[in-house]
Amino acid sequence: MDTMRERFATTVSGILDADPRTAVVLADIGTAGFEKAGAAHPDRVINVGIREQLLVGLGGGLALAGLRPIVHTFASFLVDRAFEQVKLDFGHQGVGGVLVSANASYDWPAGGMTHMSPGDVALIDTLDGWTQHVPGHPDEAETLLRRAVAAGNDKVYVRLSAQTNAEPHPVTCGGFLPVREGRRGVVVAVGPMLDNVLHAVEGLDVSVLYATTVRPFDGAGLRSAVGAGPADVVLVEPYLAGTSTSAANDALGHMPHRILGLGVPRQELRRYGSLDEHLAGVGLDPRSLRRRVTSFLN
Amino acid sequence: MTSTSVDTTYTYDDLAGLMSLMTGDEKHGFAATSTLDVLWVLYDRVLRVTPETVDAPERDRFLLSKGHGPMAYYAVLAAKGFLPVDWLSGFGSYGSPLGHHPDRTLVPGVEIASGSLGHGLPLAVGTVHGLRARGLTGPRVWVLIGDGELDEGSNHEAIAYAGATGLDRLHTVVIDNGSATHGWPGGIAPRFAAAGWSAVTVDGRDHEALYEAFTTPHPGQPHVVVARVEKVASVEPARH
Repeated sequence: MDTMRERFATTVSGILDADPRTAVVLADIGTAGFEKAGAAHPDRVINVGIREQLLVGLGGGLALAGLRPIVHTFASFLVDRAFEQVKLDFGHQGVGGVLVSANASYDWPAGGMTHMSPGDVALIDTLDGWTQHVPGHPDEAETLLRRAVAAGNDKVYVRLSAQTNAEPHPVTCGGFLPVREGRRGVVVAVGPMLDNVLHAVEGLDVSVLYATTVRPFDGAGLRSAVGAGPADVVLVEPYLAGTSTSAANDALGHMPHRILGLGVPRQELRRYGSLDEHLAGVGLDPRSLRRRVTSFLN
Repeated sequence: MTSTSVDTTYTYDDLAGLMSLMTGDEKHGFAATSTLDVLWVLYDRVLRVTPETVDAPERDRFLLSKGHGPMAYYAVLAAKGFLPVDWLSGFGSYGSPLGHHPDRTLVPGVEIASGSLGHGLPLAVGTVHGLRARGLTGPRVWVLIGDGELDEGSNHEAIAYAGATGLDRLHTVVIDNGSATHGWPGGIAPRFAAAGWSAVTVDGRDHEALYEAFTTPHPGQPHVVVARVEKVASVEPARH
């Protein structure tokens, strides 16, 4: 199986062939996958070098000129470093585009915090009108990338991960996918968190919803899963803990409810090692998740 | 939003009166405006864009990156019929589309919303690329920045990239009124030239010199015109 980043390159290379309105902007990261597309479409595969403000600003300029830009680098540089460009060169200009990140939370544990952006989804969520996709499998990434590019002039963020679930799931039209049903609460698993969540809640009487689109947040889907209650909801997100807690709270404003927001904590781990070690380090491995979910529901 | 009747007889000499509709200051603010002559020469003689072609793919694009102190910009746009003169007196008020920083979604003919410094050049680089990708090789893209704005690092990302890749549809005017806190030792034009740009420095009040600098051929290179104007101690709106 290819990685999400590899699937990104093959999928978007095909999109470049088919749609002359699209262009890819890179900043020395992910360029190898676009060598062939760059030779075929030299005006629509642009590598600016190690210049992230220009990366995002240039993307905004492409949109002003009538193109559909697809802008890609690591999340820490795409969102954190160039955040004002995301805010002004897309949103404030009134133009759209597709931002595609990689390596956001803990995908390169040995790289340390300089190459991590657990706050990316929360940061983008401070801005108006952004759709945010968090695929959990390369097949889902392909579907969501195609959908993002085809979404008119919308502003779309696609968060690619090294972590994936073993099998792909159907990609809904933005709604949360019910994966299993239970009576004691609802666990929302976002993207690559699904396998760990399903493992963690084995034998527990809880519903599980699977989310690959987190903004807009499917409040109706959550309300439906909660039903008459109890409205005990656990959000398991592969990025900053609590990122969607307020959205879930808004969705359940009509009834008493409790929400546990699990994800990556603010505190830096300051460890290297492997992805699995990091997941355990931040409490997102199956054993930690089971303990935290059980404790919350009891 | 459509323009009301356009008085096509407006000339450079009318700009002071148009600006006074915004500033309430008959002459002083006018004289202190560093961008006025550059803007007038561009819109009067260089840019191929009219109120009728503000959405035409083949139009030239002018991006005001230095978005603070936009009175001269609005005055020139009004004089050329892009926006109604009767909008000017509302400058900065709640119901007016004319803010202290321009908004492209509110004002016809305004290509970018600006105010935060250092965004225009990267947006212009992207616009050049986008037009080229669409096969629109005719339009020229102009961006106006200030010497103080040049402090922002994003400009230098764009300057280095545009020079190295020879984006010859890109044109930059730097209004140099000596406002950069630490100055530019060695000069501004040489920095662009070292990055591969065609670069000239002229008197920013001399209309003929500006016109000549704006229309100088620069095959295979982006082009910068550094327009020197007097250093003024006027109170312009905050830089950011």
